[in-house]
Amino acid sequence: MAERMGFFTDTSICIGCKACEVACKEWNEVPDDLVGWAGSSHDNSIGLGANRWRHVAFVEQRLPLGDQQANFQRDGGDFRWLMESDVCKHCTEAACLDACPTGAIFRTEFDTVVVQEDICNGCGYCVPACPYGVLDKREEDGRIFKCTLCYDRLGDGEEPACAKACPTDSIQFGALEELRARAGDRVQELRERGVEDARLYGEDPGDGVGGAGAFFLLLDEPEVYGLPPDPKVTTRDLPETWKQVGIAAGALLAGAAACFAGARR
Amino acid sequence: MSPKRGGRDRNFPREEHPGDSYYGRPIINPPVWEEREIAGYLFTGGLAGASSILAAGADLTGRPALARGSRGMAIGAIGVSLAALIKDLGRPERFLNMLRVFKPTSPMSVGVWILVGYTPLAAGAAASDVLGRLPREGRIAGLGAAVFGSAVATYTAALIANTAVPAWHEGRRELPYLFAGSAASAAAGWGLIVAPRTENEPAVRMAVLGALVELGAEQAMERRLGMIAETLQEGKAGKRLKIAKALTAAGAMGARLLARRNRPAAIAAGAGLLAGSALTRFGLFEAGMASARDPKYTVEPQRQRLAARG
Repeated sequence: MAERMGFFTDTSICIGCKACEVACKEWNEVPDDLVGWAGSSHDNSIGLGANRWRHVAFVEQRLPLGDQQANFQRDGGDFRWLMESDVCKHCTEAACLDACPTGAIFRTEFDTVVVQEDICNGCGYCVPACPYGVLDKREEDGRIFKCTLCYDRLGDGEEPACAKACPTDSIQFGALEELRARAGDRVQELRERGVEDARLYGEDPGDGVGGAGAFFLLLDEPEVYGLPPDPKVTTRDLPETWKQVGIAAGALLAGAAACFAGARR
Repeated sequence: MSPKRGGRDRNFPREEHPGDSYYGRPIINPPVWEEREIAGYLFTGGLAGASSILAAGADLTGRPALARGSRGMAIGAIGVSLAALIKDLGRPERFLNMLRVFKPTSPMSVGVWILVGYTPLAAGAAASDVLGRLPREGRIAGLGAAVFGSAVATYTAALIANTAVPAWHEGRRELPYLFAGSAASAAAGWGLIVAPRTENEPAVRMAVLGALVELGAEQAMERRLGMIAETLQEGKAGKRLKIAKALTAAGAMGARLLARRNRPAAIAAGAGLLAGSALTRFGLFEAGMASARDPKYTVEPQRQRLAARG
């Protein structure tokens, strides 16, 4: 197996240009589904889905950003924009992969998670299985689509289209171990420069999905960006659930037997 | 329209960011399942599985009308179930791709194989009855269908609980019992409709037992869910579940008090139990959807979990 590859998305240097969204759509031939301005800052693509494998979130806050002077508000008050390019997390323990009943979702030699479109039958079980809301059904097609971490490009030694297109290197592609080290340095640097809310999200192999293959540097709580604060792969709870199902099934048979025992005519 | 600088003067509607979510949008993607097909399947699957159990008991204890009616319902309900499941696929012609693999980590995969085992047995038992041939083989098929039926009626709890949908996942300990009870009361309800008074006592008992388990498990689930329990109590789901509880309780009481003596009362009680079980499933389905749509049901419990870990 090749080295584990992933994304480190450093939101502190995202400028919200959406080149990642466009490059992804171009390379992967993802259908156009522009929704128009959503009314939520400069967001016009709402969130991740079958036709949006990268999504740039925009948050406007009346808060200072480190020691920067925004001089943006007419009243001279604080203002900052949070921008984050979201993507499939390519989890170490991927709920979508565990849930897939056809084997369409598989783990590649780069330790990424990919849906095989010639096998998926659109059962939709992976959609609510994902704790991040990444996968969705393409209605006009019937199948499920998500980021492949440009599996086809990786095979040729190319980086994914979004990372290639990102003009500020907010999206960094590379070997996961190296990215984690780089991210640790970056978050420390930002804190030293006064951005105390800087934190990494998804980089910890001890988290509820065993660590994400695509992780982030955030400047606020995860839910502000539409990310779950403590995601957990439900497969971890499944053995206990199966046990309860087994007991319930046995109880159903035993209870029914009791209903017949000694019943009158 | 020329955009003005300054942020406040834009003349398109703008939303303030709420701070505790991304503009109130869901964190998880809500299920793409059609309510009629999948909530319907939760009901018909339970009805089929428990009907096979009731039929096997009736067959072994010499209650032919109850056995025949329940076997007929079992194969009918599972037929409707399979049709609904296949129809709900984005690519129905690829249904057989389900049979490429067996994955214990996927309740849907396990469920497909349970249905593959169950359906021929349920069909065999019903065919033997209708054709009046091979009664011994029919009985054995019926017993097999009962054993598989207990799995058909309960695995669906794992199916919905093994998702990131808050109301379903956090109800994972109670849902199997809730579904077992709901399946039993539904099958008993049909038994009350098809069995003469001389044969219906086991159905009466099963109606009462099933209803008690169903209502008790739902109570326990609501307690465990904490703030997520709102999704079972409010809105469309709340309405459905309230009516479901009333129908189930009334059906069980009617069965207990009147069904042994009065045939029309038995039929009415049976219909109430069937409707109660169906509404329970549609209510729980909707509660899950509501808990998926509002990000607070995803965020707040996870925040509490983080705080508890320190």
